[in-house]
Amino acid sequence: MNAIVKLSRRDFLKQSTLVGGGLLLACYLPFPGAVAADTAVPFAPNAFLRIGSDGSVTIICHKSEMGQGVYTALPTIVAEELDCAWEKVKIEQSPVAPEYAHTMFGSMVTGGSTSVRSEWQRLAQAGATARAMLVAAAAAGWKIDPAACRTENGAVYHPDGRRLSYGQLATKAAKLAVPPQVALKDPARYRLIGRPLARLDSPAKINGQARFGLDVQRPGLLVAVIARPPVFGATLRGFNADKANSVPGVRAVVAVPAGVAVVADGFWPARQARALLEIAWDEGAGAALASAGLRQQFATLAATPGLVAHRAGDVTAALERATVRLEAEYEVPYLAHATMEPLNCTVDLKADGCDIWTGSQMQTVDRDAAARVAGLQPEQVRLHTTFLGGGFGRRANPASDFVVEAVQVAKAIKQPVKVIRTREDDMRAGYYRPCWYDRISAGLDADKQVSAWRHTIVGQSIMAGTAFAGMIKDGIDETSVEGAADTPYAFPNLLVDLHTPQLPVTVLWWRSVGHSHTAFVVESFLDEVAHAAGTDPVTLRRTLLAQQPRPRGVLELAASKAGWGTPLAAGRGRGIAVHASFGSYLAQVAEVSLEKNGRVRVHRVVCAIDCGRVVNPDTIAAQMESGIAFGLSAALHGAITLKAGRVEQGNFDDYPLLRLDEMPQVEVHIVPSSEAPGGVGEPGVPPIAPAVANALFALSGARVRSLPLTPEKVLAALAKG
Amino acid sequence: MITLTVNGKKYQVAAPPDTPLLWVLREELKLTGTKFGCGEGLCGACTVHLDGVATRSCITPLAEAAGKKVVTIEGLAVSHPVKQAWLTEEVSQCGYCQPGQIMSAAALLKSKPKPSEAEIDGAMSGNLCRCGTYQRVRKAVHRAAAAPKGGSK
Ligand code: FES
Ligand code: FES
Repeated sequence: MNAIVKLSRRDFLKQSTLVGGGLLLACYLPFPGAVAADTAVPFAPNAFLRIGSDGSVTIICHKSEMGQGVYTALPTIVAEELDCAWEKVKIEQSPVAPEYAHTMFGSMVTGGSTSVRSEWQRLAQAGATARAMLVAAAAAGWKIDPAACRTENGAVYHPDGRRLSYGQLATKAAKLAVPPQVALKDPARYRLIGRPLARLDSPAKINGQARFGLDVQRPGLLVAVIARPPVFGATLRGFNADKANSVPGVRAVVAVPAGVAVVADGFWPARQARALLEIAWDEGAGAALASAGLRQQFATLAATPGLVAHRAGDVTAALERATVRLEAEYEVPYLAHATMEPLNCTVDLKADGCDIWTGSQMQTVDRDAAARVAGLQPEQVRLHTTFLGGGFGRRANPASDFVVEAVQVAKAIKQPVKVIRTREDDMRAGYYRPCWYDRISAGLDADKQVSAWRHTIVGQSIMAGTAFAGMIKDGIDETSVEGAADTPYAFPNLLVDLHTPQLPVTVLWWRSVGHSHTAFVVESFLDEVAHAAGTDPVTLRRTLLAQQPRPRGVLELAASKAGWGTPLAAGRGRGIAVHASFGSYLAQVAEVSLEKNGRVRVHRVVCAIDCGRVVNPDTIAAQMESGIAFGLSAALHGAITLKAGRVEQGNFDDYPLLRLDEMPQVEVHIVPSSEAPGGVGEPGVPPIAPAVANALFALSGARVRSLPLTPEKVLAALAKG
Repeated sequence: MITLTVNGKKYQVAAPPDTPLLWVLREELKLTGTKFGCGEGLCGACTVHLDGVATRSCITPLAEAAGKKVVTIEGLAVSHPVKQAWLTEEVSQCGYCQPGQIMSAAALLKSKPKPSEAEIDGAMSGNLCRCGTYQRVRKAVHRAAAAPKGGSK
């Protein structure tokens, strides 16, 4: 079926190459039954849009849908400028092609909370140029000035009231030249942007029809699981597969660079057989790794000066002059992304081409990596992006680990195969949020103002050793210091420095990247400073943000909506944190209580966000709820630890995620703004951990400087007073 | 051969009797709406109804499902108040956990048509959602409970 569709598309392309300057590319349809017939596609003015003679509008989405709502937000931008009927919009996922490269990164990427920010102009133009061509087609027929026409709901209107639908005009519009640049709508006339439109992917997602990578079906598809090295950097010495091969349904047991692959008719026999493998590994130096030792190593480094990431004034002198000096050490652990859908990838490799189905956030990088393993040209590899059962950065791996290993297996067995990771495989295979250790000090002058701020950060670089290494400047990986080196607070003397130890544990961007750690340290310590100065934490921040209207705005909005300063119910404490990331400004106020056993409960979170212009306010609210839940999982529960080189966690019993009964009531307040849009997928995460830790302190006097805020740590901090 | 009744249809399944029901549904019957999240009964992504009871299919051997009525997300009518409430409240994000959430909620409302907060906590806290849709899950359960009765199984 797929092959037939592709063939006919190719033929169609041959006959009508670049009709209307357009492109027709084989798109992946994550919704079953949504295959559009080529004959109904006469007008394709650019890579993002097709209008059928039946009036159907297909918008090609080149960003991966992983829950953040791009399959709705991006089409909204196109449809707004096109003036089409929203109910008629259909979505297709784009293939990998240069037209779909990220406007900043030059290859296909969904990440960095950039989709709306980076695509608004391009997609608005895509819709507006198509509209201009449809208007021109209608005006030519009516022999009137195009400027006299207006458009609404998928039709062009003559001043006398006559109307031609986009479907009627499509064939004619396709014969016109594509205008280079057209004027965009006045935002005052927006009909779709700014409204809480329903997600276009919701119906498929409540009916079990949305196709995730794990759901891909192919004729003759086999399933493989891989036994991976138990220790980072270990290599395979040998294995005995006799017992594994005796399991009914097992087809092959093969060594691949990623480990030993067990291939079977289905997941269950593959998994059963893998448990029977006897494998000898050369564990190497990685076997000595332990979290306790790492912590010691990091703490020692933190006591020495690192590479300077940001310097203003003279911190040393200011600290010496200070009337009050504070110093503290903070730490956060490795974290797993733990996407709900475990990593997986399906590969159909032939001598002259390769099809790959997976949920990727970095399709070009993954495709090129697959081509290298397969020994093909990148153009011979077709990567089909399915729905992603969560991404959070894990499916944006410069090393393409989950794609590379699947191509290795397909190459070894010469049959179509789906490689599935169990939850334990997924959690133990590395690419974690780095663990960090920070030493931070501040000085207050005689007026109780912050005169010095010194922050030393220790942790692994995410970009080092990857294709992104070129972005590391003078030894500073910006993702290591973001949120600290670029603090909006007016510290007259500021020094942020960095140590970047190298370790065999692989690390990766984890929803909000460096901010997930720096916000906790900076905002917790600022709270300590406020208490030491005897100043209210909101007042102190307001003073330090006097010249920063946007962060100050969310601070004040969150404080007022949360009733900052008003009495709380007995046993409750309130804490606040402010943090800017990915072009958006956030403040969150958390309300917590503490159980006798040391367990922190979060009851209410008030979240204020200024993310500039808004496409869909409900998506923003949803992303704030989501970011807060994600951040709370880390604040209360999350830690990946190592012992004898082995990851100690494997499943949700020892790496717990937030559960429904722990979810606070979240209120989201959006600052009305006409500023350039900011990101929303990640910025909700960073402020919650410090807001909760600060609320815990306000309630109990316990200052916990290490995440997660486990009952043991809370009780220990309480005992210290 | 084991006879399985899924969404009202009878199937003859050749898989070994200890194969988890989840993999039979997904790989043999191609009913991929039921998801794999943990394989250990810890996340709820694989929840189906077994004779009306919410059950983790990843730890339910095929043999145990024989002779019982299995209902999966594909077998729950689109008009079901829980599915409709899920749409109205815009619960789904990545959507991966949602079939399990919906099956748990539907089973809850069958036994407790007007659940208390504590009953919702009890029935729904075993369904993990990494996207953190819990606030909307709770609202949608309340909405479905308030919906007029009838029309669905
Ligand atoms: S997959 Fe069955 S409970 Fe997680
Ligand atoms: S919607 Fe993504 S895991 Fe629940």
